[in-house]
Amino acid sequence: MKKGNDWRYRISNKEAIMGTVLAILNFVWWYAFAYGLGGRPVKEYTYILGFPAWFFYSCIVGFIFFTILVFIMVKFFFKEVPFDSDDNDGEGDSR
Amino acid sequence: MNWDVILPLAFFLVLVFLVGIYTSRHIKSGPSFLQDYFLAGRELGGFVLAMTMVATYGSASSFIGGPGAAYQLGLGWVLLAMAQLVTGYFTLAVLGKKFAIVARKINAVTLIDFLKARYDSKWVVILSALSIVIFLFSAMAAQWVGGGRLIESFTGVSYSTALFIFSGSVLVYVIAGGFRAVVITDAIQGVVMVIGTVIILAGTIVAGGGIENIIVELRAENPNLITPFGSDESLTPLFVSSFWILVGVGVVGLPQISVRAMSYRNSKAMHRAMIIGTFVVGFIMLGMHLAGVFGRVILPGIEVPDKVMPLLALEVLPGWLAGIVLAAPLAAVMSTVDSVLLLVSSAIIKDVYINYIKPDADERFVKRLSFGITAVVGLSVFTMAINPPDLLIWLNLFAFGGLEAAFIWPIVMGLYWKRGNANGAIASIVVGVGSYMWLHLNYPNLWGMHTVVMPIVFSFFAYIVGSFTKGDRPQTNTF
Repeated sequence: MKKGNDWRYRISNKEAIMGTVLAILNFVWWYAFAYGLGGRPVKEYTYILGFPAWFFYSCIVGFIFFTILVFIMVKFFFKEVPFDSDDNDGEGDSR
Repeated sequence: MNWDVILPLAFFLVLVFLVGIYTSRHIKSGPSFLQDYFLAGRELGGFVLAMTMVATYGSASSFIGGPGAAYQLGLGWVLLAMAQLVTGYFTLAVLGKKFAIVARKINAVTLIDFLKARYDSKWVVILSALSIVIFLFSAMAAQWVGGGRLIESFTGVSYSTALFIFSGSVLVYVIAGGFRAVVITDAIQGVVMVIGTVIILAGTIVAGGGIENIIVELRAENPNLITPFGSDESLTPLFVSSFWILVGVGVVGLPQISVRAMSYRNSKAMHRAMIIGTFVVGFIMLGMHLAGVFGRVILPGIEVPDKVMPLLALEVLPGWLAGIVLAAPLAAVMSTVDSVLLLVSSAIIKDVYINYIKPDADERFVKRLSFGITAVVGLSVFTMAINPPDLLIWLNLFAFGGLEAAFIWPIVMGLYWKRGNANGAIASIVVGVGSYMWLHLNYPNLWGMHTVVMPIVFSFFAYIVGSFTKGDRPQTNTF
């Protein structure tokens, strides 16, 4: 029995980091479009489908884009692991 | 009375009620009772899991308060609301597989079971159980008041009758069906919330003569309505960004959310829930808040923000459709309180009673006790909600931010940092809750941020410092 952990934890740690990175990217996208485009005077605003461009990119495109990214992340990078299988190599603790 | 509106609402209440009764037949007796009653036997699939997370998290504020604020402040408030998009995937990715695996290894049924096994400390358990019971009880009572007021405003019955109808239906299905009834009714309520969002948004856009026209009229009224800064320029980038903590990533610390991460059937269910959950949260938040802003063009001059959504629904939709839409906030309130109710009773039964008072309690007795305590908690919330005392309202103010500040690090660091120990967890809970309350009273919106930000920083350092004060925790391979 290795001193190390359950093999499944490595996968889970990696996925937690991916989720965090995606959340940071999401924040940057949201912030940059909102205040980058929306920080200008209203007279200079451009409009897409009737919405001010900052709102369109930050909130609407951001919503769709990050939903797609979550889909891609989960489908291609997250691994399926069993939750139950108590690894037969006998665990260190016996509760 | 407006029967067009009342009939769909009544139909919805009856449906939810029947589902609760029906699912109660699944409750097993025997050794799996607790797992079954409080976690639905860890069998949730992806769709139900996504919906129960969204519905539990989306409360009255997503459908009543939030759109009201958007009505007053404009697109800047929609921007703020979109900070919630991350909760759909972040919470599940972070708690993820590890929480589910650990929970199975240690046979955990509640969040506190996890904390107890991880930190092996009586004080961690007592402090967490206290925080959960006190804060969530207050939060629940406030939501019940909202539910009662909603029914009162659509139907014209008196507040106490409305509250009785509301709490009666919630209590019956929660007590009878436990967690399974809660999540299945949540799934229905989630669907109602999505449909309600589509209808109200479409109805508002049509009534306002198209998006382009609405935006032009908003700009003519006050150009700030279409900026990210709010109609009165009160929404600074820092303030809006700090909501990423309160309603975004901080949600990991809410017990009613984290307990759901113990209940999925397998990793496939978790994966699907992340995708569906992200889409549904984003869709509801974007749609409802946008409808609130657009409503300003259709119904200008509403003084009470909480009335914006009900008035808008009645204005732009035929009666029976308005009834369906108005079931959405009711669904949001019900699906929040049902989960919290079960969580409070599980804290009392499982975490306090079975842990410390009678560990070898007889299974049949535990079963009766579970029904009993859930009923008693529910009835006391009902009593409190009839005439809410000041203390309750005061505590409710602290509920979500306080719980996040208390639990986020003991959960997250407990999962991912081996050196974290009981001293760290205790320090983190005390500092988190304490500094949140203190700042809230003395320096609200410190440096222009939402009050929750600094307590989460403080409790992080408290956790680290606390964890270094004593030797290592006993080595196990469980975590």
